[in-house]
Amino acid sequence: MTAMTGTVAAAGTVGASRTRMEGRAKVTGAARYAGEIPFADLAHGWLVASTIARGRVRSVESAPVLAMPGVLAVLHHQNAPRLEEFAGMLGPDPTIQILQNDRVPHVGWPVALVVAETSEQAREAADALVIRYDQEPHDIAFSAQHPGMYTPDDSPLLVTETGKGDIEAGLAASAVVVDEEYTTPEEHHNAMEPHAAMARWDSGRLEVVDSNQGPFAVAQDLAKMFSLDLASVRVRSEHVGGAFGSKGLTRPPVVLAVMAAIVTDRPVRVVLTRRQMFSVVGYRSPTAQRVRLGADTDGRLRAFDHQAASLTSTIHEFVESSAGIGRVMYDADAHHTSHRVVRLDVPTPSWMRAPGEAPGSFALESAIDELAHKCGMDPIALRARNEPAVGPVSGLPFSSRNVLGCFEEGARRFGWADRDPRPGAAREGRWLLGTGTAAATYPARVAPSTAAVTAEADGTFTVRITAVDLGTGARTALTQIAADALEVELDRIQVKIADSDFGQAMIAGGSMGTRSWALAITAAATELRAQLALPGDIPSDGITARSDTAEAIGALARQERHSFGAQFAEVAVDVTTGEVRVRRMLGIFAAGRVVNPLTARSQLIGGMTWGLSMALHEEAIRDQASGAHVNADLAGYHFASNADVPVIEVDWVDDPDTHDPTGIKGLGEIGIVGAAAAIANAVWHATGVRHRDLPIRPDRVLLAGSRGC
Amino acid sequence: MRVSMRVNGRRVTAEDVWEGESLLFVLRERLGLPGSKNACEQGECGSCTVYLDDSPVCACLVAAGQAGGRDVVTVEGLAGAAGLDAVQQAFMDAGAVQCGFCTPGLIVQAHYLLRETVDAGGPVPDDGEIREVLAGNLCRCTGYEKILDAVRLAAARKAAAAAAAAGQAEPGQAEVGR
Repeated sequence: MTAMTGTVAAAGTVGASRTRMEGRAKVTGAARYAGEIPFADLAHGWLVASTIARGRVRSVESAPVLAMPGVLAVLHHQNAPRLEEFAGMLGPDPTIQILQNDRVPHVGWPVALVVAETSEQAREAADALVIRYDQEPHDIAFSAQHPGMYTPDDSPLLVTETGKGDIEAGLAASAVVVDEEYTTPEEHHNAMEPHAAMARWDSGRLEVVDSNQGPFAVAQDLAKMFSLDLASVRVRSEHVGGAFGSKGLTRPPVVLAVMAAIVTDRPVRVVLTRRQMFSVVGYRSPTAQRVRLGADTDGRLRAFDHQAASLTSTIHEFVESSAGIGRVMYDADAHHTSHRVVRLDVPTPSWMRAPGEAPGSFALESAIDELAHKCGMDPIALRARNEPAVGPVSGLPFSSRNVLGCFEEGARRFGWADRDPRPGAAREGRWLLGTGTAAATYPARVAPSTAAVTAEADGTFTVRITAVDLGTGARTALTQIAADALEVELDRIQVKIADSDFGQAMIAGGSMGTRSWALAITAAATELRAQLALPGDIPSDGITARSDTAEAIGALARQERHSFGAQFAEVAVDVTTGEVRVRRMLGIFAAGRVVNPLTARSQLIGGMTWGLSMALHEEAIRDQASGAHVNADLAGYHFASNADVPVIEVDWVDDPDTHDPTGIKGLGEIGIVGAAAAIANAVWHATGVRHRDLPIRPDRVLLAGSRGC
Repeated sequence: MRVSMRVNGRRVTAEDVWEGESLLFVLRERLGLPGSKNACEQGECGSCTVYLDDSPVCACLVAAGQAGGRDVVTVEGLAGAAGLDAVQQAFMDAGAVQCGFCTPGLIVQAHYLLRETVDAGGPVPDDGEIREVLAGNLCRCTGYEKILDAVRLAAARKAAAAAAAAGQAEPGQAEVGR
């Protein structure tokens, strides 16, 4: 056997820009998403959502609907297949225990599924289905002062409260104090692809095509819920049209599709509408955050207190971890962070791009800007003065921390040194001009994954891993990583992803995918190269090496591992309309090793654009009387369009992390962190008015201006 | 009702079309052309943009019956025998594609912009013009920067090709064209 690997120069392909492998399929319309794959005899399910915010289903009047054209079944809590209650990735998940009882916990809760020959017939019948309720009074009014606020228990995802020193004494001894409340509204992912799923029985196996971030995790959940062997469940998600956390867990469409496939013994597809997405796939809780900072006149922090409040539903506890960011960013002798949550009659919130850090950074990085102004200091200098040597709460060393390098490079490129620090000093006709900055950070975590790499007899290699490409470029990055690990050309590698049959792997989420999968692929490739070094021919079915990184990850040193960044924004504020236009944004990041600069840059620009949307546009509004949204569509729920976005420049500084074999930190979330604060700080600099409530709408700008504060 | 139209150059007929059915539904569910995406179904996101005769429209807002007897071109119909359309190629090369769900509508809309400008002998569109014409096509992944890069790239390539063609036809003017 000749040497199969090691033919590429040491430079490799990681770090070089590559266009995406599936680009051609996507630009020609050939790529098939979960709701688009044809199956013989396919039936269609249509979700029926509750119209009340709290109460019980008294009756589902199925009979007239069953007589409508094409209708095959009406599933509801009295006839739907029973589901096992089980503990999934994050413990029991009541949000997918649907059609199991008569309880209605919020508007939009699934109360029935109509199955018909065509989706139009199913939809018409679903619209016609009469459901009677026993309605109870509801409460959806969120505020930090809500009497139902409580301190949640610690969970594997979040330590609720941390503290050291005496906050009150620290504040009392401080020459300069900031004590303000910041709020962010309910925000929704709104991935362009609505959630879709198809389920069918194929030779005794449950075959599922689903729009999700982790097919193996979904297969595990379905196996447990429907009491099946894991080996008899297969879930695939070849192309996913964006997710941002909303597809990170098993969601109602796939559960409903499996139920309907059981009842009708046919393939069934369930696709959500945009409106339905606002109620059953998670969202970002509104937050109310009190930040108290005490400092000496030289800007050194004496007291740091960040108290975050968010909401959850009555059926499941999810806590937006907004106060976590200060545990990484700033130290003080007195340091306190805490979370509280209130149960309301609303859908269950969930992860949304940079959960915790996105709203938390708006509050904290606004407060830091306020403190710098009060101290008469440049906000970058104030941050430099408070750089911690070790984790402020953990005391652990940072694996690498180059936030000041980001500020230095960003300030140089943005022209920060030329800035007149006085607010309201720059004007161009009816536009007030200002600039602002903020820091960014996001954890660089990793999770166990398995992978298989096969040396084929024809000299090519096949990688199999249950990764998912949500549009991030994962498929392309993993091909580069495999090429480097095997030291062969890119075109000799085929990476197969998004099939639960490939085995356990980390989901595409938490900025953990690339690092976790790279570790597994590299381990399998290394093992394969050892096998190929032995004498002998490659058999017709190839030689396969497998990896499982659980042990290696368990052996990693305990450290503070994070990405960092510096955000800059310039805004123009129209004094006549109150409109805020962002004129330019710059983000410089220290995010470990960058695998594919082309797709990496897109991820970061996309994240910063989310920050712009968060600062100026996004806000889901609920009607207090009905408990329902008033803007559950893209006409009423705004995120930035092309004409809203200015020139956004992104780059990165060196951030070598020698403690991790991959050196990768992940880029999916860090781009949004701090971006909204940079814009809000720029609006203050332009107008002299501090906006502590997002989004910074024209009416808020005008009202604040007329108050003259 | 029966609806006949030309889709991507092919004459097609859909039977038993319901009066309320959208052109998008006919394309996706009856004709096997799911390239045009259904992301909001009320004309806000542009993911279903197709040509109806010579105008870009949201296929979700066009009743199937309105398309009767007319010409429809979807993203599936843009590539020719010579390969990808210049806009498709530029979207790939510039990294303007991420999740791909907004991509088909954006490509049709960008194709329309260049057809009305560079292809018609006009100047390449400036950034403001591109942003405005594409403002009805929402994208949640890219932040639009790479999409702008792609449209600029496609426009420049088209302009260069036109100049080269003009240069071949009239060699004396080649330098002026550049």
